[in-house]
Amino acid sequence: MHLSSKDLLGMKELSATEIELILNTADTMKLVLDANSKKTAHLQGKSVITLFYENSTRTRLSFEMASKFMGASSANISASGSSIKKGESLIDTAKTIDSMATDIIIMRHQQSGAPHLIASRINASVINAGDGMNEHPTQALLDMMTMRRHKGTLEGLKVAIIGDLLHSRVARSNLWGLTKMGAEVRLAGPATMVPPGLDQTPAVWCPTVQDAVSDADVVMGLRVQLERQQSGLFPSISEYARFFAIDEKTLSLAKPDALLMHPGPCNHGVEMPTAVYDSPQSVINEQVTNGVAVRMAVLYLLASRRNQA
Amino acid sequence: MNILVQGGRVVDPAAGTDEIRDIYVSDGRITTADDFHADRIIDAAGMTIIPGLIDAHCHLREPGFEYREDIVSGTRSAAKGGFTTVACMPNTSPVVDNTAVVEFIVNKAREKGYCRVLPIGAATKGQKGKELAEIGLMSEAGIVAISDDGSPIERADMMRKAMLYANQFDLKVISHCEEMSIAEGHMNEGIVSLELGLRGIPAVAEEIMVSRDIILAEYLKLPIHLAHLSTARSIDMVRQAKARGVKVTCETCPHYFTLTEEACRGFNTMAKMNPPLRPEADRQAIIAGLADGTIDIIATDHAPHHSDEKDLEFGLANNGIVGFETAFALGYTWLVRGGHLSLAELLSKMTSGPAALFGLGEQKLEPGYPADLVIADLDTSYVFDRDKIAGKARNTPYHGFELFGRVLTTIQGGKIRYEA
Repeated sequence: MHLSSKDLLGMKELSATEIELILNTADTMKLVLDANSKKTAHLQGKSVITLFYENSTRTRLSFEMASKFMGASSANISASGSSIKKGESLIDTAKTIDSMATDIIIMRHQQSGAPHLIASRINASVINAGDGMNEHPTQALLDMMTMRRHKGTLEGLKVAIIGDLLHSRVARSNLWGLTKMGAEVRLAGPATMVPPGLDQTPAVWCPTVQDAVSDADVVMGLRVQLERQQSGLFPSISEYARFFAIDEKTLSLAKPDALLMHPGPCNHGVEMPTAVYDSPQSVINEQVTNGVAVRMAVLYLLASRRNQA
Repeated sequence: MNILVQGGRVVDPAAGTDEIRDIYVSDGRITTADDFHADRIIDAAGMTIIPGLIDAHCHLREPGFEYREDIVSGTRSAAKGGFTTVACMPNTSPVVDNTAVVEFIVNKAREKGYCRVLPIGAATKGQKGKELAEIGLMSEAGIVAISDDGSPIERADMMRKAMLYANQFDLKVISHCEEMSIAEGHMNEGIVSLELGLRGIPAVAEEIMVSRDIILAEYLKLPIHLAHLSTARSIDMVRQAKARGVKVTCETCPHYFTLTEEACRGFNTMAKMNPPLRPEADRQAIIAGLADGTIDIIATDHAPHHSDEKDLEFGLANNGIVGFETAFALGYTWLVRGGHLSLAELLSKMTSGPAALFGLGEQKLEPGYPADLVIADLDTSYVFDRDKIAGKARNTPYHGFELFGRVLTTIQGGKIRYEA
């Protein structure tokens, strides 16, 4: 079993079988993380570059740790310390990196479709680590891995995703991925932050957070960028918290064993109160661990596909 | 040079004729067989002779953006597409808002162009929407309409002044209809923009301004021309306004009746334009508007860009596509062969429609009229190849399309301007 593409661009591009392959592989990788000696030779002799045009702590670190655990040579490029600041085009930058015998480029970019643009022009595999408002596939995969480990299957799960749906690539990737795997995705948030066209997707739009959370197996909060308030998307932080936060009362509407998730970083008291963030139902820190396992799996699968080719 | 175009099917919508006959060209005009000695005989048997096309809306990029296109390359491309007259928009650098720039374009086109160029002047200075441009003086220098195309006139008060003042000089205002505050996106707003994670431009961004401009025209009892309409509701509003007697005319472009927002998939920047490509229902409504006469004109909105401005992240790529060399073939293939319009109706929208907008007078393929005509092959299909474009730019979504209606020869002012 191999991935059909040399790149991981989005959940839209993956089949259900491929998603399953990645999740199964990630479960195996998790054993490596739990072991005493966190070292494999899966990426020995491979070179991995992270190319980040946007700030990131956990995603970048997670990819870096994943490639180090598997023995890759890795290097990092960020927008501030390279020719990017000198106005080099994305295609030129990508070709330059590609010309240094690079096997895998992990890219985050503020423009939707940026990884797609370079993927077709270079030999290296491209992993999308977040592109604009489009996708963040490894986040969705680590979320799905976390859900599956607790619930056994994704099929039939009721997943409520709450918050800024308009700007969220995490929400989009989860929507495409989860519905492909047979889960029911319910969305809620301020009506000003709902992407038009949602009615033509498999998602169920809920007018209130309570509607979305009721009887849910998973409740996921999304990060709200507080500066969105200035562009008129919601009146104030406190009003947002009053109507759109996942508080204890709201969470109690979900199934008793429902999981609470958040892609991080969380604005405590906005998306959810600290008590909820730290509640026994919260698997937020486990998501982070699973993120490393998922990224190891993706790196491994793309690298072994390259070996076959 | 005396040219005899022999044995072609002559389709002349202005004269209402469609017959096989010879055309005699002498001294820049069509003449009769009497005492005619041909220097050149073109065998047009099996081919179709149509009037030279007029483009009501294009961007020649000169002065200021010659790396994209210039008057010579742009008119060469226009001639290859069967255009004998093109009207160019004023969003150059400097903007066409004074007589010096108008004269520069007119003179350059006259000396070096491959077809007639009619400049459209800016409605406001610098196209900034604040003060009227010198419309009267530019009119004397040769502009044929005014428009702030590319940057819509935001204030209703400014639009009213532009309409009132332009009318005094027998010029019409061409309005680029876009309510900018709700148009901050990169493609049509809907399921495809959601799936691509791109910001959308809703249809209402266009429709709000279409509605405002129609209301103003009705109130002032003055004409208005609406550029590149792309949505069903826009067409509907124009249809109703026309029925009420409002002096509104409008145009669409070939991309709005041939493509939909689906073309943006894969982050295809060749499908990025403004207004954006719309869903199928809008495409159908555009065709219906063309068929019932609501839409008067098919314009190209020829918008050349350098590959460096298109080979980019979708959100950073420029809007627009080149259009001269595909416009007639797309109209012929989709509308005429598609059974929506007769050839004469298609030609009216690419000849008499724009001529009326600019007050150019009648053009017929009969003795005495200027020899602006095109020989086209309507029956053999060809594959459009962007690498053979006669202009500088290659930004087209139609590369590899199989089309009918290839232009073989373009004669303008009695001279052969293009020959395949």
